[in-house]
Amino acid sequence: MVQERTLPQFQAPPAQISPEQGLVLYEDMILGRFFEDKCAEMYYRGKMFGFVHLYNGQEAVSSGVIKSLRPDDYVCSTYRDHVHALSAGVPAKNVMAELFGKETGCSKGRGGSMHLFSSEHNLLGGFAFIGEGIPVALGAAFQSRYRRDALGDAGADQVTACFFGDGTSNNGQFFECLNMAALWKLPILFVVENNKWAIGMAHERATSQPEIYKKASVFGMPGIEVDGMDVMAVRAVAQEAIARARAGEGPTLIECLTYRFRGHSLADPDELRSKAEKEAWLARDPIKRFEAYLVEHNLAEKGTLKEVRDRIQTTIDDALTFAEESPEPSPDDLYKYIFAED
Amino acid sequence: MAETLLFNALREAIDEEMGRDDTVFVLGEDVGVYGGSYKVTKDLYNKYGELRVLDTPIAENSFTGMAVGAAMTGLRPIIEGMNMGFLLLAFNQIANNAGMLRYTSGGNYKIPMVIRGPGGVGRQLGAEHSQRLEAYFQAVPGLKIVACSTPYNAKGLLKAAIRDDNPVLFFEHVLLYNLKEDLPNHEYVVPLDKAEIVRSGKDVTILTYSRMRHHVMQAVKGLEKKGLDPEVIDLISLKPLDFDTIGQSIKKTHRVIIVEECMKTGGIGAEIIASINDRYFDELDAPVVRLSSQDIPTPYNGKLETLTIVQPKQIEAAVENMVALKV
Repeated sequence: MVQERTLPQFQAPPAQISPEQGLVLYEDMILGRFFEDKCAEMYYRGKMFGFVHLYNGQEAVSSGVIKSLRPDDYVCSTYRDHVHALSAGVPAKNVMAELFGKETGCSKGRGGSMHLFSSEHNLLGGFAFIGEGIPVALGAAFQSRYRRDALGDAGADQVTACFFGDGTSNNGQFFECLNMAALWKLPILFVVENNKWAIGMAHERATSQPEIYKKASVFGMPGIEVDGMDVMAVRAVAQEAIARARAGEGPTLIECLTYRFRGHSLADPDELRSKAEKEAWLARDPIKRFEAYLVEHNLAEKGTLKEVRDRIQTTIDDALTFAEESPEPSPDDLYKYIFAED
Repeated sequence: MAETLLFNALREAIDEEMGRDDTVFVLGEDVGVYGGSYKVTKDLYNKYGELRVLDTPIAENSFTGMAVGAAMTGLRPIIEGMNMGFLLLAFNQIANNAGMLRYTSGGNYKIPMVIRGPGGVGRQLGAEHSQRLEAYFQAVPGLKIVACSTPYNAKGLLKAAIRDDNPVLFFEHVLLYNLKEDLPNHEYVVPLDKAEIVRSGKDVTILTYSRMRHHVMQAVKGLEKKGLDPEVIDLISLKPLDFDTIGQSIKKTHRVIIVEECMKTGGIGAEIIASINDRYFDELDAPVVRLSSQDIPTPYNGKLETLTIVQPKQIEAAVENMVALKV
């Protein structure tokens, strides 16, 4: 087994977060976890099809970053996009309906698990091929700068958060876009969710420099390493990067050290990761850790947290009912949405 | 009226549209300070500034994806492909994201963008710089593909492409940039989806596009002397094809010859023949003939290069043969 990297230490003073903000984060993480668990159940029961990549274990990254954004900021995701969409505010029922291929899905049943979109929530998309979302996110960030500096719109200070994994950090689009973002000081966060595995390719076997955050330095860009199992740590790093981006000071590369608790997709037998490795990371479950943090710092009582879990369970149950009862797209609309006029 | 070179007609189109709509911007390699490899964006950098005429690093796939993201969020990018062959390096962004994203997003986003630049076989530029990628891209859903051929249609079509809410691949031809034509002083736009009847005739329909239009018109001179009367249609829109115009012509002439610069296998002509069989088989008095480039990488050697693409004499002979069939 490869030597584990030492996780960076982060001491969060309790004053950093209000009870309300704490509950927002907790609810978002629970929503992500419960949603994905329901997806696994539906997939194994033969009600959901295609490639389904679940986010269990990585919730601190989505919640820590996206809940630090404004609603008019942009989010760009990958094939593992359900939870990013939820954090960005896309209702669970519309995400679930999409996974059921229904007309009420956020992509009208045309996209599926890896192609979640919502222009209403500035979700630029789930992008299924490795790295292809990064240039698109760069374009959204360029657009903010263009509106501010070429069109003179002082209010155009939207930030784009672009998520991708450790495997993508070896792809050309990653380097090309880091270069352009730094060159033009674009308001973007490159958030690497380093969960150590690109399907069956261990990160250390795929890259000459496993510490991805260090790759920012050659572009003159801040590169930050953060414990991706600690939502407070992710949030603190994200807030600083967002503030810099909004102030016109350019991009940040954030490497979140995290782990997926399930296989690459529900079709992955997950035979290569050792039991010891999985157990070590399961012990760092970001939700359990944040529960303990909230209670320890008197930010929430256990009963309140249970109420959140119960409420979210109802949300998930309602989403499932909604998805199951929603209509499929009409065959008459097979050609709809090819062109803008459709 | 002012005599205008084709590359300047394109420049005027971009300048006018940038003046008309401040969300329109240009990006690509050497489009700014350098003014474009064929000077299509000359002086626009000084006029509109570095964000609206954006010099990019040599990173085709990434800056194409960046344009997709900018288009999704409300801007109207014009990418200059320094050479359209470089689009191979951006194939993923063009196909997956420019072409398909609107559909996969269930209509969440529209992608108003233009990708324009020189394609076609030039003069001994070698295989990589002599590509006709229109055929490669025609299978991608969601793309419009246009080829201009004269200063007049270059200007009017590019303006239409910039105003279109869909991704448009706009093919210019490297050997046509210095064509001259008197252009109207008033503003005009040429619709993207209409083929152009270059010469009306009754004996045979010749379907062509881009530089081959000019090879066809050279052949027509010889054919006229022999008393033949071909109809010449410049397709303009390679996707979708204008079957109204094509169909009307077939119903008149009942004979079709396709002249194209792309390769024969999987070419534009292949698609046209299949579609004509679907739609107008009963109208045909003879099998459709296509004259295409050879299925080879374009050779550097000048003589071999000439043999690779269709020449006017071949077009003349093909028309004569078809008419001589008298079926």
